Amino acid sequence: MLELKNLNKAFGDNVAVSGLTFSLQKGEVLGFLGQNGAGKSTTMRMISGALEPDSGDALLNGHSIISARREAQSQIGYLPEGAPLYQDMTPLAFLRFIADAHGLSRAQRNDSVDRVIADARIANVAHQPIASLSKGYRRRVGLAAALVNDPPILLLDEPTDGLDPIQKRAVRALVARMAPEKAIVISTHTLEEVPAMCSRVLVINNGLMVADDTPEALAKRKPGGLEEVFISLANGHDAGAK
Amino acid sequence: MMDWQGTFTGIKAAWRREISAYFATPLAYVFIAIFLLVLGVFTWDLSRFFDTGAADLGPFFYWHPWLFMMFMPALAMRLWAEETNSGTAELLLSLPVNLPGLVIGKLLAAWTVAAFALILTFPWWITVNILGPADNAAIALTYFVSLVMAGSYLAIGAAVSALTRSAVLAFVIGVLVAFILTAAGWPLVSGAIADWLGPGAGDAAAQFSFLTHFETAQRGVLDFRGVTFFLGFTALCVALNTLFVAQRRAGAQ
Repeated sequence: MLELKNLNKAFGDNVAVSGLTFSLQKGEVLGFLGQNGAGKSTTMRMISGALEPDSGDALLNGHSIISARREAQSQIGYLPEGAPLYQDMTPLAFLRFIADAHGLSRAQRNDSVDRVIADARIANVAHQPIASLSKGYRRRVGLAAALVNDPPILLLDEPTDGLDPIQKRAVRALVARMAPEKAIVISTHTLEEVPAMCSRVLVINNGLMVADDTPEALAKRKPGGLEEVFISLANGHDAGAK
Repeated sequence: MMDWQGTFTGIKAAWRREISAYFATPLAYVFIAIFLLVLGVFTWDLSRFFDTGAADLGPFFYWHPWLFMMFMPALAMRLWAEETNSGTAELLLSLPVNLPGLVIGKLLAAWTVAAFALILTFPWWITVNILGPADNAAIALTYFVSLVMAGSYLAIGAAVSALTRSAVLAFVIGVLVAFILTAAGWPLVSGAIADWLGPGAGDAAAQFSFLTHFETAQRGVLDFRGVTFFLGFTALCVALNTLFVAQRRAGAQ
């Protein structure tokens, strides 16, 4: 469903992503791990079409993000890092805008917007300006926006970052509900979430893939469990020193 | 091949989004109010509208290029800079619409606000008709060319806005570019360009003068060259704007 082929990106001399290749099937939830600056967001931006790779390709449901960008982009829902939103709009107006951009008809648009407002549980704030919403609600509005076109592929860049435990649980529940029907990529650096949400883990460091395994198998690699494995894989000299 | 459906979807979505942004915040109202006030003061005081004793809107239209030069970059400055600054560009560029559609949609939204501002100058038009028999066909024509010209000024502002994440910087640079193009026909400006780049360049720059192209329209003469110039210039800016945004997608920022 999602297939990355030798994806590369450099900003000047700084190599962000190097030769990243993997594929993801329907029903899989991929935990995409790495230190800050490891290339997680850059990879997601490239899959979403917001950033062009220097070389390589990503196939979304068979559509190339390079040569059939619009078709490929209609296969995904993307929650960018920090869930950027138009502050002056209400969630309702914002979701309608997203639906318009997906070329939905008026009837389809109303149905989808109603559906995602219910899924993300934002009905009670749907008419308030986004600028006035709490961080948790904003994140949920961003999630709702990613679901408007009912995409087969979901890219969620740190969907639980900055949320309180109750909100985190709500996001995890939403992901679990959608998981059987979609291929989902979730980037996070909250390791305890990984076994709860993900069926597969991919670790990148300095733009290179250093592990691709199930959370259970990965945790067994070292006696300290997932955290120790992650620190050694992510080349964490500072963290390992203590 | 041009992707018409993607372009149209983009135009519609971006236009709706920007119109709601203009009118959800005080921006459009403040813009229109100050524009009308300044245009009124200039026409009334500086041009001595009533002292001329003639029933025409010459003193009123005279100020349009000069006010557009300041006001249109203000209207367009946030179109792209704010997307970059708030990170929403990331979301926008991940949507299945094509760039020319987004660029045109945003420009048309700003143009719509400008059209509102022009429509609300109707009391001047009524006033000249009360003062005496006015050439209403000529006035309508001048209004039309003024609106087309406003699009060119907006397109400058929008294109510049795509180059920076700071709306203020976009405004300042937009006004500077708009000033050079407005006054390119003036000996002061064309002379400076001629000194700098040679006499040919001075003459060439004068060909781009917005003032010169608007002057024929001000006389109520339908000059297709003027309209074509402004539309062509706007199209050029739209192309540049698209290119600037495409470069951001390529990660060249």
